Amino acid sequence: MFENLSVKLQNIFSKLKAHGCLNEKQVEEALREVRLALLEADVNYKVVKDLILKIKDRAVGVEVTKSLTPAQQVIKIVNEELVSLMGDICSKITFASKSPTIFMLVGLQGSGKTTSTAKLAHYLSNMGKNPLLVAADIYRPAAIDQLESLSKELGVSFYSDRKSNRCDEISKAGIKQATSEGNDVVIVDTAGRLHIDDEMMDEIKKVKKAISPHQTFLVVDAMTGQDAVNIAVAFRDKLDFDGLILTKLDGDARGGAALSIKAVTGKPIKFVSLGEKIDSLQVFYPDRMANRILGMGDVLTLIEKAEKAINIEEAAALEEKIRKQEFTLGDFLAQMQQIKKMGSIDQVLGMLPKFPGMPKNALAGVDEKHMKRIEAIIKSMTLEERNNPKIINGSRRLRISKGSGTTSGDVNKLLKQFTETKKLMKKFSNFSSRAKMGKKVSPFF
Amino acid sequence: MLSKLKNGLRKNNKGLISQITGLFSGGSIDENFWEHMEEILIRADIGIHATSKIVEELQKRAKDLNIKDVEELKGLFKNEMIKIITVENGALIEDDSLNVVIMVGVNGVGKTTTIAKMAYKFIESGKKTLLVAADTFRAAAIEQLQEWGKRLDVEVVKHQRGGDPAAVVFDAIGAAHARGTDIVLVDTAGRLHTNVDLMEELKKIKRVALRETTEGAVKTVLVMDATTGQNGIFQAKLFNDALGLDAIILTKLDGTAKGGIVVAIEDELKIPIWFIGIGEHPNDLQVFKPKEFVEAILE
Repeated sequence: MFENLSVKLQNIFSKLKAHGCLNEKQVEEALREVRLALLEADVNYKVVKDLILKIKDRAVGVEVTKSLTPAQQVIKIVNEELVSLMGDICSKITFASKSPTIFMLVGLQGSGKTTSTAKLAHYLSNMGKNPLLVAADIYRPAAIDQLESLSKELGVSFYSDRKSNRCDEISKAGIKQATSEGNDVVIVDTAGRLHIDDEMMDEIKKVKKAISPHQTFLVVDAMTGQDAVNIAVAFRDKLDFDGLILTKLDGDARGGAALSIKAVTGKPIKFVSLGEKIDSLQVFYPDRMANRILGMGDVLTLIEKAEKAINIEEAAALEEKIRKQEFTLGDFLAQMQQIKKMGSIDQVLGMLPKFPGMPKNALAGVDEKHMKRIEAIIKSMTLEERNNPKIINGSRRLRISKGSGTTSGDVNKLLKQFTETKKLMKKFSNFSSRAKMGKKVSPFF
Repeated sequence: MLSKLKNGLRKNNKGLISQITGLFSGGSIDENFWEHMEEILIRADIGIHATSKIVEELQKRAKDLNIKDVEELKGLFKNEMIKIITVENGALIEDDSLNVVIMVGVNGVGKTTTIAKMAYKFIESGKKTLLVAADTFRAAAIEQLQEWGKRLDVEVVKHQRGGDPAAVVFDAIGAAHARGTDIVLVDTAGRLHTNVDLMEELKKIKRVALRETTEGAVKTVLVMDATTGQNGIFQAKLFNDALGLDAIILTKLDGTAKGGIVVAIEDELKIPIWFIGIGEHPNDLQVFKPKEFVEAILE
């Protein structure tokens, strides 16, 4: 996600970096391109206009400081302005002092309310909460069935009243059930509605009044264009909400809506939804997202995931091995299995910084299937072979390829790759120990 | 028909209409005028690329024809827009033979609802119609289509949730042949165009449909939400690359979104637009007419 925008901005920046010092014309030219990139990313027209003015104000007359070149300073300014546009701080989800905490999800048709309700329930269950889902969408055919079936899959409580046509009463009754049965969180899924449909907006106001939710979330499709701001402003003015859930960010949406809504409504983005799976809802970190847009990669998220998946002691031992050039194919296998714990390869790679000049398809060869094949090959080796691949001769190679369902060529390729990787790792570990990059969780990063 | 479309669009696109009439209501053609035009087009989601193209073309014409008056420019503007969104296309539904329409699109664009509206239209015009629940992924998607089947009194072919969608389509076409059905409407699961595996699944559905029918009977239609921004271009491109699109249907034009993404898409891809959805009622699904569309926006 955001990839297109970040690639564009990086191209602009790398052009900028080529200049030792900048004159006004060069800054102007770069900002013109920044403007185009933002507009193409669906950032609201007015937001772009204000942003460019702000950046220009700050960028004109930047001087070379000891640590930064003018180009770097301009990049820093753009970064800072983008971060402040998305909100400086991560706004954590809060709970009411007296249970149950009530969340209500609202939004246009098709923005992903019902799916987000289930994902939020999953997220909260993992936090140790015991949520109850209320199906208050009485209009869309089978919307109630959808939420009921999702709640069964999740194993969480569910409330609906198929006979009622009053969603305020349904919601109230749902909360009553939650209170008596000890659910500490209630999530109310409401019908999709157009922000200009007064009748439907009145209805949701009634629901809100009846249940006074602790937090109301507006669910917004990340692929929304310039209208995102109109929608959010209308929902804020007519109903008011506390934060946003941004859905469908796992595609190639550049997410300009995310930037714009926060800038115009002042409402923070609380969660982003990144996939088909139930566990694809993540807390939104504005600074990380801005870094990601600027192509610095979401290294913080990656490190956090790595910390969860990787045993620190094992990692330290591994690092030692690498430094001493004792890294074996067996260690390689263990590493791969750890990476797999962090999520799908695509997800992990998506979080890494993209270097300007790196070919677009540089990482294309690394896919799940490829990794499975490598795993199979290594697993078909004896321990001795894993520790000392040099002993692998023709007949051993044939045995390994047969055992793993691959060809001798594949085995050869892996061995060659491994030797190359080892060389690279040597360089990397030399570099990192010199540069003192701080706490290192795994040699892989 | 025209007046209904106009009313629909007038209601929906109030912002854009008043902006454009404002733009053409007088004054001189200067830097501010062009900037204003650019702003209006970008805010309608027409996108920076198509917008620059339109503005540059008009600037050139204004210079060549020595146009000083903004009123005169209005006609040129209209023609330019019409030129971009006009795509020659053959009939999408053929009479006296089986038609299979596969509806595809990203999640939440309104595929199922649009299928219900189309079914209503086809049934009204005397076509024997069959609905196919090939969204076997989303919870209660099958139930949703079944509910529509009940309301419209039309048969729905379905399997279990989690089943192979291509198999449902296979069965449905078999049933359609046996019963002399005119139109088979296939509801597929919403999927992001970047999800390679799910796009492969659609290709398989199409392969099966082509194998079970005669040449030209299968049409693949992309459903797109009018609130979609520039990502719509990627959606159209990737679905087109994977499946070869025969048409686009633009939904939810009854909000405040202008649906200008259509202009950007047509500028690049030239895929005919079949219907536009401008309201909840089945009659609010209307055949797209470029000239009327632009006129309704401008008048």
